[in-house]
Amino acid sequence: MRALTYHGKHDVRVDTVPDPEIVNPRDAIIEVTSTAICGSDLHLYDGVIPAVQKGDILGHEFMGRVVETGSGSTLKKGQRVVVPFTISCGQCFHCKLQQFSACDNSNPVDKQDLTEPLFGHAVSGLFGYSHLTGGYPGGQAEYVRVPFSNVGPIVIPEGMEDDEVLFLSDILPTGWMAAENAEITQGDTVAVWGCGPVGLFAIQSAKVMGAHKVIAIDHYPNRLDLARKMGAEVIDYTQTHVLEALMEMTGGIGPDAVIDAVGMESHGFAPDNVFDTIKQKVGFGADAPHALRMAIMACRKGGRISMPGVYGGFADKFPLGALMEKGLQLRTGQTHVQRYTKDLLRRIQEGELDTTFMISHRLPLEDAPRGYDNFANNQNDWTKVVLKPGSAMS
Amino acid sequence: MTYRTFEDDHRRRQPRRAGPPGGAGLAIGLGLVLLGGLAAQQYATRQQDRRPADSAPGRTARQNRFGGYAVTGRSVTIDRPRQEIYEFWREFRNLAHFMENVESVHAADDISIWTISAPLGYAVEVKTRIVSDRPGEEIAWRSTDDSQIDTEGKVMFRDAPGGRGTVVEAVVAYRPPMGELGRIAAKLFQTEPAIQARRDLKRLKMLLETGEIATNANRNDA
Repeated sequence: MRALTYHGKHDVRVDTVPDPEIVNPRDAIIEVTSTAICGSDLHLYDGVIPAVQKGDILGHEFMGRVVETGSGSTLKKGQRVVVPFTISCGQCFHCKLQQFSACDNSNPVDKQDLTEPLFGHAVSGLFGYSHLTGGYPGGQAEYVRVPFSNVGPIVIPEGMEDDEVLFLSDILPTGWMAAENAEITQGDTVAVWGCGPVGLFAIQSAKVMGAHKVIAIDHYPNRLDLARKMGAEVIDYTQTHVLEALMEMTGGIGPDAVIDAVGMESHGFAPDNVFDTIKQKVGFGADAPHALRMAIMACRKGGRISMPGVYGGFADKFPLGALMEKGLQLRTGQTHVQRYTKDLLRRIQEGELDTTFMISHRLPLEDAPRGYDNFANNQNDWTKVVLKPGSAMS
Repeated sequence: MTYRTFEDDHRRRQPRRAGPPGGAGLAIGLGLVLLGGLAAQQYATRQQDRRPADSAPGRTARQNRFGGYAVTGRSVTIDRPRQEIYEFWREFRNLAHFMENVESVHAADDISIWTISAPLGYAVEVKTRIVSDRPGEEIAWRSTDDSQIDTEGKVMFRDAPGGRGTVVEAVVAYRPPMGELGRIAAKLFQTEPAIQARRDLKRLKMLLETGEIATNANRNDA
């Protein structure tokens, strides 16, 4: 089959690799019909996530048709399914608590040896990501082996388009969980850093959850525009003092909740960020949490911080004093996708959530490297890239 | 024919003494640092001796040797009933399903012969005798005198708090073949018992909770 593989920093290629097979009883094989490039794929592309190996198949947002099932799978050949990016067994302590991304049983034990020294515990397996999370072959491919297929995949009714439901695999539940972690109540003002796909879904979710006002912060005019369409007020940090503006836009209180939908590769020409970025480039200290620092400073006393943005290592110059003295709560985590898919599918069907507005480009799988390049370097116009395996090169 | 005289020796040594202290100085310095480190360690050990014992299992102590034995162990919580896990384990043939380096276990009467793969493609045979067998609670074994490795161990099963299933705790003591060198060599080849205990118990958990052992392999021949 054809698949997008990692060859090194800023070097991904579509290669021919062996087709997957059923290996474990609960596996299914999916023929991919749509697969997206995620913002967190860019962390891999930029080489800032550890334990990514040459030849790894990337991609963790995908859907398709079931073409083969193991003896323990509950799926049927021909069904259309969206596959969560988190691989979860459904039977361990954490899965029973619906903490699916903390699954004990989906990350192979030799890979857990890599994660434990870094994080203290191993987390669940993820598709197409670092070997810290299992090194599972990903979804930017023609076929994918899906372990625990009786737990993760959600069957999609006929009549719904791929593009409407594809993001149930990651960014929609991730944006939704980000808003949920912000514990929004009526009348709240929520500030969201980053108007990429997750930030945009967090804005939309916060509105659905009853936020009075959502303020979105970015510097790409097109992305700020999309945020505005979702009902947010916007701040362009290249022309406005963000902290001052947030105080003035909230009657001197500060946002009740703040959401960092940026993660480990913050943009912005601030002294702390320049220093972080230099450290990142020389491979010393993985995280550049400029947006998170600012979010903590902006948050009102006793407020909530939600952190869907991806981090992989250590941060310094972290405003721990502000966090403690202001009595803030911090909630974060890889998304527990399976917890949300059913409810969110219903909300899409009922027209409560718009899931296609951010898609800027649809490309054949063969064009994936061009997709990565532009999604990374032309962020204003390339807001979300969906790849279609099987379609011809443009 | 030349004779070596005391004067010759003296002359030969002279330039060395007069030369820059470079290597020798460095060696002495390094020696002092090492001595200092050793002294500090001795002091710390003595300090520890004066403290009352804490609640942690002995194998988590900073000291990792007890007599000539290395002691290793690991706990895992498995969401299955105690008796079921005990019975699975007691059928020793099952152990090869989840223990990576155990190639086979043959049991005859109360003696079991374990074939264990070792670094560089070698295999060792360990012969053990069951010394304690309490259904649902504990199985303990000790190697026989003709075993290739001197080892003893036990696995204990107890109810986990909060209805989380069973805590399985395995402890193994062994005299490393070739001593410390053997232990380091084994660690380099990933077969050290501490690493194996960690991995094997997690695989047991996967197998008993989900019926399969997680792998990222995309094909059966991979």
